[in-house]
Order: sequence, then structure tokens, then C-alpha cells
Amino acid sequence: MGLKMVVTVKQVPDTHNLSGEAMKPDGTVNRNALPAIFNPEDMNALEEALKLKETVGGTVTAITMGPSKAKDVLKECLFRGADDVILISDRLFAGADTLATSYVLAAAIKKAGEFDLILCGRQAIDGDTAQVGPQIAEKLGINQLTCVSRVMAADENKITVKRTVESGYEIVRSAYPVLITVMGGANIPRSASAKKVMMYKNVDSRVCEASYDEAYLAPDLCDTVEYIKEWNAAAIEADPDRCGLSGSPTKVKKIDSVVLTAREVKQIENSDAGISALVRELVDEHIIG
Amino acid sequence: MAVDKNVMVFIEFDGDRIADVSLELVCEAKRLADQLHVEVEGVAMGFEKQHLLPLLGQYGCSRVYYTNDKRLACFSSVPYAEVVAQTLTRYHPQIVLFGATTMGRDIAPRVASKLKCGLTADCTQLKIGSHKIKDKEFDNILLQIRPAFGGNIIATIVSPESMPSMATVRDGVMKMVDPDTLGDVAIVEEKCDVPDLCFLTEVLEAVREEKAVDLKQARIIVSAGMGASDPEGIALVKALADVLGGVVGSSRPVADAGVLDRCRQVGQTGVTVRPNLYIACGISGQIQHRAGMEAAKRIIAINQDPEAPIFSIAHYGIVGDIHEVIPRMIKAYKAKS
Repeated sequence: MGLKMVVTVKQVPDTHNLSGEAMKPDGTVNRNALPAIFNPEDMNALEEALKLKETVGGTVTAITMGPSKAKDVLKECLFRGADDVILISDRLFAGADTLATSYVLAAAIKKAGEFDLILCGRQAIDGDTAQVGPQIAEKLGINQLTCVSRVMAADENKITVKRTVESGYEIVRSAYPVLITVMGGANIPRSASAKKVMMYKNVDSRVCEASYDEAYLAPDLCDTVEYIKEWNAAAIEADPDRCGLSGSPTKVKKIDSVVLTAREVKQIENSDAGISALVRELVDEHIIG
Repeated sequence: MAVDKNVMVFIEFDGDRIADVSLELVCEAKRLADQLHVEVEGVAMGFEKQHLLPLLGQYGCSRVYYTNDKRLACFSSVPYAEVVAQTLTRYHPQIVLFGATTMGRDIAPRVASKLKCGLTADCTQLKIGSHKIKDKEFDNILLQIRPAFGGNIIATIVSPESMPSMATVRDGVMKMVDPDTLGDVAIVEEKCDVPDLCFLTEVLEAVREEKAVDLKQARIIVSAGMGASDPEGIALVKALADVLGGVVGSSRPVADAGVLDRCRQVGQTGVTVRPNLYIACGISGQIQHRAGMEAAKRIIAINQDPEAPIFSIAHYGIVGDIHEVIPRMIKAYKAKS
């Protein structure tokens, strides 16, 4: 018994920490120069699932859609206590907008079996759209609670959460199945467990390479995850027309690198005299009183 | 009177008034509708909120479809999205705008998923234009412009092959025009055709909290970036804001780091502001930040890096350490008054 939980996770370029090399001379972003990281709020979603596993009991399955490299984030889930991890990967999925992404993830969740609770990060830092969670919920025909800033209580039937909204907050309750989107402040994600890192560091999709360390830990390992499951479009019975670029109603018409239309900047000298003159000017123009 | 192809706005209530963002979007919708020679419509729901709706007419909304039901008094995702989807299916607008609020961002994706139409989040600009896919030319479609990729690029998004084109826009991004007190809106009452079993969220408590800070109304904002995020830097930013009678804002990394509260974050994913004076302290000036503050009447940028992008949009640039510059500003201001 216990809760059957699914966490959706995403590997994203670290857009918050752009270094000099990440920008090409023409001002566009060199994606390859950006480190790929675990989307921060997805880590909060995972943490919430792991906490519920400890308090209510149940299992945690982490799912990601992405290229082979995205296995890295699934391993991070294993390192923290996920029971099962699934990579959804197919060339057909390339160029997906949120609608096509949610279609694929919803199909994968259905294929993974019954569930009570789906946990998503509120949004991913590369697009900041916060759309995929609600779109998965709609496709699965279930309720959703977004912008969860705290899980207040949960048992095997219902979950009660605090939602932070513009006017203040709400305490809301829903029966399962339900999808929640978790905000950054909801918890402090745990670190990887050293023991689990040893267990899972070499797991791969399809096959489990029996290295010395894993052979040593084999009995433990075989009880849980043997390898990362990898599913393609056919495996989740996805309609190719609804995946990737062809399943995406939104198209990028154009991308502009950010052109700084320079204003006439008045350089103020960093000295008492320079700054006094600036303050005087602002007072004279009634900008400050 | 055209009954389809109009521009529709999801009308949100903020307690006992229409949310500012909804009025801003009605103004923007009016601008788009005029270009397309169509009308602005609203879709609203709640319990006994009819009396608030006539105000929409003053901002250019011709008609509002309002669903009144006791069960809609509190927000619940499934029925709210269902009512919007039903209204769109019935009246066929070509464009639908939602505030990028917690409510708008909750239901707009659900509606888009249901109607299998395009949705673009957090647009900073909307235009009418054309787009070509292979040999097919689409005219008079919505161009949805938004910073993407952490705000390092500006993307123009279109969704010409699905109807309607939907977009969310943050509070404060679009400008509210002066109301025309003679403007009139037709209120069309809709029946709530949603079964009880769709009301899946129980609201146990809804608490209104007075905002600790109202950046949108502030005339002077002093914002801290990572260059001012050490305890001493934050104290100086606060001191300068106090002396000038302004409020403290922050850049996204500073809010992400938890140094200042999220409600103080200025930018595309925070609050868009139009103060008289904006002082950027140790803020590099990524586009996502600039999108939220470049409409300030005067901008002072203080940064140690003379190449920081913030200087390109500032009216006054001071190259220096905020730990030196701010005390000088406070001293100069005190000497003045």
C-alpha cells in the first residue's frame, strides 16, 4: 500500500549562471557552453515525494523526457531515494513545446501504471512557463494544485497544501489522484546519499554493468532498480503527430539576441562632488523630494 | 456585431474589485482588436460579482460572458478551466489573454491542453503581424514576444495553425489607459454547466495578507543585485531607500538566494515597475531584469563593472563599489535637505 508517486524532472541549461563563454560574439547564447543541471524546483518536487514516502509510505518514480544525457538527472533521483526511474527519449520528441511535452509525459505516466500523486516543479528555469504540470493534469483528467509552498498534511486518501497566491495564501485539500506543482521555498532538498551513489553511479539504461562496487551491493540493487528504463514513442503508444515539433502549436517565428539600445548615459564620477551634483539635479527635477 | 474572431480577456477578481492586470489586458486587447477590426470580450466567473463588471466597459470591453454560481466563489482549477474552455468553444475568439497570475498560469495551460491550442507564457509585448509556414502565409495573427532562455534572448512566438492564440501577461506589463466613463459593456450571463464532481479542490482557508511591499505603486525603488547582496550591502540599500522614502527591490538572483523576499523581485518573472526613480545597485542588468524596470522615468546604475549591460539603459551611470557609492549618496542627500 502507500502512495504511488510520480515526479517529473527536467535537465536544463543553467541559465541563471551565465558566464562570459556562454555568450557568442554576436550576442546569442551558446547552449553547449552552459552546464546542464537538475531543474531546481523539480528537486523540491522530488524532495516532497521522498518525504511523503517516509511519512505516509509508498513508491517514487521519476520520469524525464530528454536526450540520453538526461539520464544524469534520473541518477540524481536514484541517489536521493527514488525507487524507479524512466527516460522518455525519441527523436520524434525534438522541438516540443509545452503541449507536446505534456502529451508525451502524460502518455508515459499512463504507461507506468496507476498513480495517486504527481509532483512537478512549479516551472523550469529555461522557459519559466509553468505550463507542463497543469497540461499533464488536464490530459490525465485529474485535479491540480499549483504553486504549492508547503505540504501541510497528507495521508493515504488526501493531501492538504498551502498555495501562495498574489493576495496571500490558501490552504486547500484534494483527494487523489492529484498533480501538485512545488515551489522553491517548499523544502530544503536532501543531498545525495553516499551509499546510493555507490549503488547507482554506473547504472545505465537497458543494462546494468556489474562493476565491482555494484557486485558487492548486488542483493540490495536487484531488489530495486536494475537499470534506467528507457521508453521511446512506440513504447508509450504516442501518436507521432502529437509529439515534438509536429505536435506543437506554437512556433518560434524568430529569435533576437538582446540588442542594447544604448541610452545617453550620463557618467557620474564616484566622488563626493560627482554624487552631490547628481542628487542636486534629481532634487531640482522633482525626481526625489 | 461580430460574435466570433474577437479578442477575449480572462477577467480575474481581486477580492471585491477587478484585478488591475485584467484591466491592463482589456486595454491591450482593445489596441489589438482595433487593428483587427473586431471587439474585446471578457470571460468572468464567480459568485455575485456582476456589479463589478460595468467597469470593464470604461476600458474598451464590449461584452463580458459571466458565469454566476455559488460553487465558483472559491478558485478551483478544474471547473474554472472548464468554464473558460466552454466559453471559448461557444464564442470562438481568435485571441485570448490571461493575467500571468497564479490563477491565470494555473488555468490557461489546462484550457490550452483541452483545446489543443498554442499558449505563450509571460509575454512582454503583443503585436499583430504575419507568418509564413512553407508556402502558407498567415496574416493578422498574434505575435507573442517574450524573453526566453533566462532572458538572454527575445523570442517571437506564433501559433497560427490552432485557434485561438493564447498568451499570459504579467501584472504591470501592459499600460492601463484612462477610463472612458461613457464606455458600456454588455453583460451576458452564462449557465454553469459543470457537474459537482469536477469541484475537486476544497478551500479550507483563504487568507488575504496585506502586502509588505507594493513595488508597483512605489515612486522610488532602490534594488539590490548580487553586487549588493552581502549583509552590509543589503543594509546600505535599505538605508538609501529609507532616506529617499523609497522601497527596496531585488534582482532575481538575490531573490533566488533568499536574501530578499520574492515579492521584491523586479523583472519579467517578478514585478514590472514604472517608478520615478530606479536605483540599480550591483545589478548586472540581464534582459529579464531590464524588462521589468526600463520604463522608469530615471535610472541610476551603480556597478563596479563598466561593461555591465545595466549601464546601457541607465540615465546615470556610476562605476564603483556600492559600499562606497551609497554612503556618498546618503550623505549628499542629507546635506541637501
